Amino acid sequence: MLPNYASPVEKLWYWTFRLLCVLVLVFLMSPLLAIIPLSFSADSFLVYPIKSFSWRWYAEFFGNGEWMHSLKNSFIVAPAATVLATVLGTLAAVGLTSANFPGKSLLMPVLISPMVVPVVIVGVGAYLFFSPLGLTNNYLGLILVHAALGVPFVVITVSATLSGFNTSLIKASASLGASPLLTFRKVVLPLIAPGVVSGALFAFTTSFDEVVVTLFLAGPEQVTLPRQMFSGIKENISPAIAAAAAVLILFSTALLLTLEWLRGRSERIRTAKA
Amino acid sequence: MPEVVPDNDVLVSFRGVQKSYDGESLIVKHLDLDIQKGEFLTLLGPSGSGKTTCLMMLAGFETPTHGEIRLNGALLNHVPPHKRNIGMVFQNYALFPHMTVGENLAYPLKIRNFSKSDVDAKVLHALSMVKLEKLAHRYPAQLSGGQQQRVALARALVFSPQLVLMDEPLGALDKQLREHMQMEIKHIHDSLGVTVVYVTHDQGEALTMSNRVAVFKDGIIQQIDSAYTLYEAPSNSFVASFIGENNTLEGEVLSLQDGFCHVKLGDGVGLKAKAVCADKAGARTTMSIRPERVRLNGASEQCANRFTGKLQEFIYFGDHVRLRMEVAGNAGFIVKVPVSELDGSWSVGDSIALGWNPEDIRALDPLHP
Ligand SMILES: Nc1ncnc2c1ncn2[C@@H]1O[C@H](COP(=O)(O)OP(=O)(O)OP(=O)(O)O)[C@@H](O)[C@H]1O
Ligand SMILES: [Mg+2]
Repeated sequence: MLPNYASPVEKLWYWTFRLLCVLVLVFLMSPLLAIIPLSFSADSFLVYPIKSFSWRWYAEFFGNGEWMHSLKNSFIVAPAATVLATVLGTLAAVGLTSANFPGKSLLMPVLISPMVVPVVIVGVGAYLFFSPLGLTNNYLGLILVHAALGVPFVVITVSATLSGFNTSLIKASASLGASPLLTFRKVVLPLIAPGVVSGALFAFTTSFDEVVVTLFLAGPEQVTLPRQMFSGIKENISPAIAAAAAVLILFSTALLLTLEWLRGRSERIRTAKA
Repeated sequence: MPEVVPDNDVLVSFRGVQKSYDGESLIVKHLDLDIQKGEFLTLLGPSGSGKTTCLMMLAGFETPTHGEIRLNGALLNHVPPHKRNIGMVFQNYALFPHMTVGENLAYPLKIRNFSKSDVDAKVLHALSMVKLEKLAHRYPAQLSGGQQQRVALARALVFSPQLVLMDEPLGALDKQLREHMQMEIKHIHDSLGVTVVYVTHDQGEALTMSNRVAVFKDGIIQQIDSAYTLYEAPSNSFVASFIGENNTLEGEVLSLQDGFCHVKLGDGVGLKAKAVCADKAGARTTMSIRPERVRLNGASEQCANRFTGKLQEFIYFGDHVRLRMEVAGNAGFIVKVPVSELDGSWSVGDSIALGWNPEDIRALDPLHP
């Protein structure tokens, strides 16, 4: 709240600032605000104004074999890529913070390069590299590249959590008789879990939203939800796309909220004061 | 008064141990040390003298560059830390923040596959030892510093290790709590009979708690003895100046006889002192005498060494008074007098007769060669 002694200029700024914040939030949300109502339109085209309300595009989405196939593919590729990226990224971050070796400072940029290099280049590169190996038009190739795209997020978030890690906990655990592996499972992992979870979340959404690499690597069998939406937009602009988008958004939001809640809970336990 | 080591069996032995972190300078220069079973041994020394390094080598977190360490006769050099069965208390407690107090204590027991009922009983017993039974369900962040320290202590003892290492465990506590915990640790040591190696740079702590104290300097043990011997019979001038308060006089050895020596001070005055390090006539020596061994006025008349001191300052300490005097050209000479023996007629600037016995002043190695 504003203190009593605030001058008119301060009052003006106080309200302008609040207004600006709202505008920024609205801007960020506008694609959602634009697309979600359209999914409830009875009309056959993606146009405003909405004349009457209907569930028909959701029925279309859930009843159509192509949409369901792509949804299934997304739920195969994204979780697999997430698990791979999270495991590898966490191990890389732990190794980078605990060990000391020559060339260490070069390794970090290499690991996060998939985030820096334009995705089209990653797509072309992966295609050229994978096709002689028979890794195009198959799930494994797609999962590998999606995992590579997710690793940088995991490495960054886990490294950040580890930078505040009290290393005498590892010594304490060893002195109490725990092998290094057990120490990692019982002490290190639970304490860096918030970082691991955030990283996994980023890795998941990276794969779940990914179109470009999928365009290069996926055959008709591996079409994912975003890829299906992309071709849907090119061919016929049916509001079923809006329904698909709404489902995607709903799922991502639910995931985010659940993990945020879990993370907040474990954080509260560790920093709780009597 | 010197304390006797309870058991003569050796638990830990260091033989010719050296440690260098960078391959050039030796942090631990040469360590030969036997730690007796049931002993409370303190490593005392100034910052950077290699105390923590020695402890870490024993715990297995650092490897000796040379030499061997044995536990119960078995070579430790290639045993990883988690297989050594040595308890450890860290300065910053190192409690697992995501586990409750009870879970922290159960951790080493579960690793050792104790049954659920054994775990519960041992945890409860360890908690009652440090008087924290009621806090088993709290998280470490919900405890005060002193309580966390007790949990750390209980956790290091709960799996009944033969040996417990403590690296400045009380460093973060305030003075009163620290003194209380010193007594508590001492009592726990006495009742369990566990061997403790304790690191501190607080000499009061070292003297009150230990069976033996090893005084470190520059990676070498200067002297290892009971608190009484260290204080009353320091074997070199570093130990004399590091432990307790101490007056020093510089001089040159004139002659040696029957363990005593005659020394000429800078201003030509002679005195007789116990020859500890002084081994030949003509050598320089630093002599050390404790402030409470100096006698004043009438009491000084039977002493072999007699001087006149010029009173410069009274310093009041409640139970005693320290007199700062100039003696034989030495301005910082301190004499400790119980309040009851104070003479009301003394005032700053007076000359007072003082003296001490030859066995109370020790001729040691020269502090400034
Ligand atoms: N990991 C390390 N790498 C390099 N040098 C180290 C390392 N650990 C300690 N040293 C050096 O070894 C010397 C002794 O350190 P150590 O920690 O054993 O001293 P200490 O006696 O415990 O001192 P303090 O009372 O300050 O804790 C110091 O000069 C320190 O800089
Ligand atoms: Mg230390």
